[in-house]
Amino acid sequence: MATDLTRVKPYGDTMNDGAMQLSFSMPAPYGEEAKEAARQLVMKMGLTEPQIYHMKDLGEGYTYFIVYGKCEHHIDYTTIQVPKVESQVMSFYDINHYIEEHIGRKVVVVGACTGTDAHTVGIDAIMNMKGYNGEYGLERYPWVDAYNLGSQVENDVLLAKALELQADVLLVSQIVTQKGVHITNLTDLVELLEAEGLRDRFLLICGGPRISHELALELGFDAGFGPGSLAPHVASYFSQEIAKRVEK
Amino acid sequence: MEERLHLDPQKINRGREAARKIAQDVDQFIAPLTTVAVERTVARLFGIDGVDDEYVPLPNRVVDHLLEQGVLGRGVAPWLIQAMMNEGQDAQTIAERVAQGTLDLTKVPTRSEEEINRFGQQFADQQLDRIAQNRKKRDEYLATLGEGKKPYLYVIVATGDIYEDAVQARSAARQGADIIAVIRSTGQSLIDYVPYGATREGFGGTYATQENFRIMRQALDEVGEEVGRYIRLCNYCSGLCMPEIAVMGALERLDVMLNDALYGILFRDINMQRTLIDQAFSRMINSYAGIIINTGEDNYLTTADAVEAAHTVLASQFINEQIALLSGLPEEQMGLGHAFEMSPELEDGFLLELAQAQMARQIFPDAPLKYMPPTKHMTGNIFKGHIQDALFNLVSVMTGQGIQLLGMMTEAMHTPHIHDRQLAIENAQYVFNNARNLGEEIQFRPGGKIEKRAQEVLDEAVQLLEDVQETGFFEAIHRGTFADVKRALDGGKGLVGVIRKSVDYYNPMEQELRKRLQLPSREEVSHGYGSY
Repeated sequence: MATDLTRVKPYGDTMNDGAMQLSFSMPAPYGEEAKEAARQLVMKMGLTEPQIYHMKDLGEGYTYFIVYGKCEHHIDYTTIQVPKVESQVMSFYDINHYIEEHIGRKVVVVGACTGTDAHTVGIDAIMNMKGYNGEYGLERYPWVDAYNLGSQVENDVLLAKALELQADVLLVSQIVTQKGVHITNLTDLVELLEAEGLRDRFLLICGGPRISHELALELGFDAGFGPGSLAPHVASYFSQEIAKRVEK
Repeated sequence: MEERLHLDPQKINRGREAARKIAQDVDQFIAPLTTVAVERTVARLFGIDGVDDEYVPLPNRVVDHLLEQGVLGRGVAPWLIQAMMNEGQDAQTIAERVAQGTLDLTKVPTRSEEEINRFGQQFADQQLDRIAQNRKKRDEYLATLGEGKKPYLYVIVATGDIYEDAVQARSAARQGADIIAVIRSTGQSLIDYVPYGATREGFGGTYATQENFRIMRQALDEVGEEVGRYIRLCNYCSGLCMPEIAVMGALERLDVMLNDALYGILFRDINMQRTLIDQAFSRMINSYAGIIINTGEDNYLTTADAVEAAHTVLASQFINEQIALLSGLPEEQMGLGHAFEMSPELEDGFLLELAQAQMARQIFPDAPLKYMPPTKHMTGNIFKGHIQDALFNLVSVMTGQGIQLLGMMTEAMHTPHIHDRQLAIENAQYVFNNARNLGEEIQFRPGGKIEKRAQEVLDEAVQLLEDVQETGFFEAIHRGTFADVKRALDGGKGLVGVIRKSVDYYNPMEQELRKRLQLPSREEVSHGYGSY
């Protein structure tokens, strides 16, 4: 059966069955009333025929549910537009060659985990010599000067270092997202750069498990890289973008 | 214990011996030194608590007062004791007056060494008796309530709000958790004071404060009595305030504390002298309080590849063990760490994990090994993640690990939701129960993959330890031997807080702790270095 992409809805085993699975807890004591509360909630979410297949008493007046239902809503897939990083992903060798040819000097990249975030796993995966999952990090790139400032770097320290090293690219990693702290850290950096009149001086890139290119653009960054991104993704982008700016 | 893997006992001895010499070098190096954190710990043991108008803790005010005048080399104790004797006031009142600027500890009439020592001894006895009482109380609870079977189920709460944490912790205990760890607010490790009072805001965790410890202890005692099982409480004495937090933990009856000799140096860029001095005193306190320490070897595998770096984990376990012994910590309180961090894509990865876990079990037979879950290769595919955690649980029960930090299917996504924890506990309970005695039924094929792997890792670890001993521990760290991180003797945070002891240095708390832990007194070791 041909799919109508103007009216797309969840699929289980029959076209347009709307099958969805949910799991969540509620601050309601375990029992029939809690079950009914979950059922009503799921109906309000636009799911019909909700089935509470599993519920568990979590103690302290909390209950956990696993629910299936049929979604009433549909989406017009044909009108969707998602901003994406528009650069061609190249290999380690191609990137270095590209920088040599189109920029003609080393690209200086300064990276850090900013604010109170102590998790360097993301920035390390992109920057450290060793890299991640078989892909070398930026430190290994002969045409990139990579400086990894590590974790818990304040935005003003990052900026000072970037100026000192004459950075082309600022790479900011944010792992901890509790209570939106990553948004605050990233916004603060943009505001700091704008206040100093330096926003256009650097290519500003952020990354992390909860970062998307769209979010990055919203926050005033040039690009954002989400989970699964590796050094070649980031380096392909910044080398092509800098080349564009150089050639202008 | 039956030896299921054939490991060469000579090699194990060589590794242990190299680590013992490394530990001795460290101990000699730190003997003539103290730190602001150690002295603040002494101040706390004299009963100083609370903050000034600007929320600066009074232990910091008193220690800084002496540091600024260049007299901290004598230790905080003699100055405090002189003031307490002359003014006839308790340490808290003295500290408040110092903070107000109405008392200068260096201007107080001096007392004889004998008088000071007598007074100090009395205080040390009193405070350490208090800690001994807490230990007794724990033993009573364990005797009356009992405890969960090993591997203990260890879960984390991390809401940022201590009252919310208490709800989550009680819920987890009812579901079967044996140990509740309150994750600290990110960044706390690098602040050179301990925040004060109950806190309701934190990032990625909740501040470690004495009041927060008390609130959580009470919550766990209450729920423990209801569920008929003693629930252990865990927090972190790492970072710039290691010994202070250790003493707060001892006073509020924490049961488990994170405490690694190298972690702060490598992963938080804390000055190595500072960390090594701080950890030695903090481990004495942990030891006397009956607290199980957890070392942080899992961290070696978060950046490096778990297959390639496996021997660094074992080497660090040896070093942590030998350094801990010098603080009087018995094997039974050494929760040496390791982790299930190999790529799930690896063919026979499970065999390698099994080899590592069984090897650690045999080399450290009395230590309640602390096993950390997969984190690096958790993806957001919660369903696959749940299976990864199940395999991790299976290795643990097969190899008799002591403390199981439960993996969460939502690792790499967010701090655990209330049901993430429940599902993790259910997973572990199912696997542990269903395969409880599997390990006893299994013998590893001699010369097979698992045995060979363990032998290789042991060989490499012994080689590494002997190299480090040859090079010197500090130089090895400087060269980036551990975790590929290079740290200098005079680099990193907190070096300004390292103080050379003067010949009249006096720390009654350490003296008495050493006596009670049956360790040689510091004076015998340190006087040779007095004129350093």
